Amino acid sequence: MTQTSPRQLIDPDLIGGTDTEPRLIGSECSRCGTVTFPRQSSCAKCTSQDVHPRELATRGTLWTWTIQCFAPKAPPYTEAAVAEFEPYGVGYIELPGEVRVEARLTESDPERLQIGMPMELTLIPVPGAREKLTFAFRPLEEDE
Amino acid sequence: MTGSDEVAVVGLGIHEFGRHDGVSGLQMGAIAARRALANAGISWEDVDFAAGGSDAAGNADTSVSILGLTGVPFINVKNGCATGGSALTTAHAMLVSGAAEVALVVGFDKHPRGAFNPLPEEWGIGSWYGETGLMLTTQFFAMKIQRYMAEHGISSSTLAKVAAKAFANGSRNPNAWRRTPLGEEEILSSKMVNNPLTQYMFCSPGEGAVALVLARGPRIKQLTRTPVYLRSVAFRTRRFGSFEVFSPSIPIESAPSATTEAAAAAFEEAAIAPSDVDVAQVQDTESGAEIMHLAETGLCEHGAQEALIQSGDTELSGRLPINTDGGCLACGEPIGASGLRQVHEIALQLRGEAGDHQVPKPCRVGFTQVYGAPGVSACTVLTL
Repeated sequence: MTQTSPRQLIDPDLIGGTDTEPRLIGSECSRCGTVTFPRQSSCAKCTSQDVHPRELATRGTLWTWTIQCFAPKAPPYTEAAVAEFEPYGVGYIELPGEVRVEARLTESDPERLQIGMPMELTLIPVPGAREKLTFAFRPLEEDE
Repeated sequence: MTGSDEVAVVGLGIHEFGRHDGVSGLQMGAIAARRALANAGISWEDVDFAAGGSDAAGNADTSVSILGLTGVPFINVKNGCATGGSALTTAHAMLVSGAAEVALVVGFDKHPRGAFNPLPEEWGIGSWYGETGLMLTTQFFAMKIQRYMAEHGISSSTLAKVAAKAFANGSRNPNAWRRTPLGEEEILSSKMVNNPLTQYMFCSPGEGAVALVLARGPRIKQLTRTPVYLRSVAFRTRRFGSFEVFSPSIPIESAPSATTEAAAAAFEEAAIAPSDVDVAQVQDTESGAEIMHLAETGLCEHGAQEALIQSGDTELSGRLPINTDGGCLACGEPIGASGLRQVHEIALQLRGEAGDHQVPKPCRVGFTQVYGAPGVSACTVLTL
């Protein structure tokens, strides 16, 4: 798919692909194959500096989660994000054979989150900065 | 280890934990230092090495302007939650090497109300991490225990029992901050902070200070009749594969935590087994941390905590009393002071001087463990 509209990302080093088919950009060690997110200039496992960027899988499973029930302090959150705070989900999503990525979840109801459930990468507005996009994971429906 | 290179805690000093408006962290540190010196029956001039630190309340070595300008070498330590453990590691090494005979370690802190707000840039992460709402220690602890509960069959009731025990112990400790006992139901029904952890399952950033006088060889017996020997102190950072705070990603392959490695090293160096421990203090940033650290340190098997805690074994009168002074949950978390508070408490228990929170059974072997961001741990083994 080609890029249809200019988008503003929270950090262009993190996210590739397109608005409708985004990809997270991690790195892979050329020596031992270890995958990390975000990109690193060296390998945390084998210390090699021969690492290259790698687009990560977009689907995985929920490895663990919580609900952030109180507004984070600003900084490092932003004042605008604190002002519009609503509880939000956070989790680690295991991308098979790659890495577990920490991300916001589109679901914030604890009754609807379960370890092991399938999840997919999506983009959401940056809290308190609607014009920018950041990454998140959403639960996949049964037929998806 | 021969008699001449044994190291013992010979003086204990603590400034009450809690909120102390108008008293600076440095002043609390100096008060704790004076109390430790008095407890050892020595003066500041007798100290030939010092180490200490705080996370947010200033440079420890400036306390020489309060204690006296004796020219003593004084190393500042700033190592997050492991600040106290690092100060102790440094002093222990100086004593064992023969570079000093009497050392003072001090840890203190003073934090504003509310959760900590570290900046991602200071932890090697982009600002996006904070702006997205991921830069919170509470999230990490919640997600770690959430996974652990699913893997090892730990119940919410057990989370609440850990906190109830902490407040029960705190109510007996005059130096604790939270001194009102709370019931399991009250803890479970308090405000949800980060599922599965509620408000009363978390410690709060606070204020306080602890100082210890350490001595080596023949000086030990000259200074105290009840030395508490520091058999080992071990400090570790994280390995690839361990699940630690402030990690935008974690590997799928897992590795032992910094705590597991530090504890194993401390027990090995002391030639003492975890099963020999009579009383222990472990990092209880929140209820889940105490549960997980019990197994990471080797004090019990993974999954055994449910039965251990439900049966009351970790209470003051139990088989393995844990966090007998109320831990971080009841004492609060002044980052620079907490690691030394644990050693202070073990020394009190082994000396039999803990008063209302004294463990009723005889105790000869104690253990401490601190844990902090971004994956550091320091452990000690202490004996009579």
